[in-house]
Amino acid sequence: MSAPLFLSDHAALIAAVVIGIAFGWTLERAGLGSAKKLAGQFYLTDLTVFKVMFSAILTAMLGAFWLGRLGVLDLSRVYVPGTWLAPQLLGGAIFGAGFAIAGLCPGTSCVAAATGRGDGLAAFTGMFTGILVTGLAFAPLQRFYDSTSRGTLTLPEVLHLPYGTVVALLTGIALAGFAGAEWIERRQRAPEPEHARVATLVPEQEPQA
Amino acid sequence: MNDRPTRSRAYADPYLAGVGLGLVLLAAYVVMGRGLGASGAFAATAAGATNAVAPARAAASPFFARYLAAPGPWRDWLLFELAGVAIGGFLSALLAGRLRREVERGPRISRRSRLVLAFAGGSIMGLGAVLARGCTSGLALTGGALLAAGSWLFIGAAFGAAYLVAPLMKRAWR
Repeated sequence: MSAPLFLSDHAALIAAVVIGIAFGWTLERAGLGSAKKLAGQFYLTDLTVFKVMFSAILTAMLGAFWLGRLGVLDLSRVYVPGTWLAPQLLGGAIFGAGFAIAGLCPGTSCVAAATGRGDGLAAFTGMFTGILVTGLAFAPLQRFYDSTSRGTLTLPEVLHLPYGTVVALLTGIALAGFAGAEWIERRQRAPEPEHARVATLVPEQEPQA
Repeated sequence: MNDRPTRSRAYADPYLAGVGLGLVLLAAYVVMGRGLGASGAFAATAAGATNAVAPARAAASPFFARYLAAPGPWRDWLLFELAGVAIGGFLSALLAGRLRREVERGPRISRRSRLVLAFAGGSIMGLGAVLARGCTSGLALTGGALLAAGSWLFIGAAFGAAYLVAPLMKRAWR
């Protein structure tokens, strides 16, 4: 087998719908069609976003690495998003601000809208409007958009480390992150172990009628 | 109506769902030689709509022009994928009994304000996604797992900014 398969145009569009259905299904199952749940990530009350996102990245990263190593998947033929330092730094920051305001990102707004949520539909429509307006007013942005291009730069190249080492490092970081996320959520569930005790101890020392 | 603290228990285990999502992403690499996406579908639709109404304006935008090249915006791979996302999300919620007409919001914000914030946040994400050339799906997930440097830069910038802005948005949720 030599993957990627690169299907015919027609088959590719059918595959797109099938892969999309699986994508939307897993997002909904995880609860990521809920803005409340997503917003919990930013207030550290519910770290589902982090857990889902990083276990997905970990799974796909390890899968791609091992399928590549076993000769099943030709990684040189898999499209890797290019790097443009300034646009991705500023665009990322603008995107993150919008994410915190909307409580949804583009893919999850689609799931939220499809499951009946009005705020999902509003975020979805807003996303479309934002891209439409930016696309129409693109000319002055073009220079910035094309600036600081680094091609298909990867972390192994940046860090001067072998592919496998970076995969191992990120795996370790993600596992530590999961442990940290569980710890944060445990603290949130029992919000004031010390404060509450102090608060109740103090009045108890007072003579009670 | 928004106070259903036990509701989240019905959702799948986040790690299990994450592994499932990772396998979907891996399947996209294997079958298509590319990953998942979302904002690209919005861009293709915006390009196609502009082209239908004002072809000259669409052709004048280098951003739109890319989507107008063969096979054209209405046969864009991500457009079909995002249609699938809506179908998959709908089916999953239907089978789990989670389809509900509602506006998710905290107790201290009106329905209308929440809708305005969702729309405004969506528009801001649109600008950010154009500049960054992707969003949480196509750039963060897809490129993150392939160790693209720009993807990790985007993840850091997006979450950093979200944590800075979130305290100002507290009223929307609690």
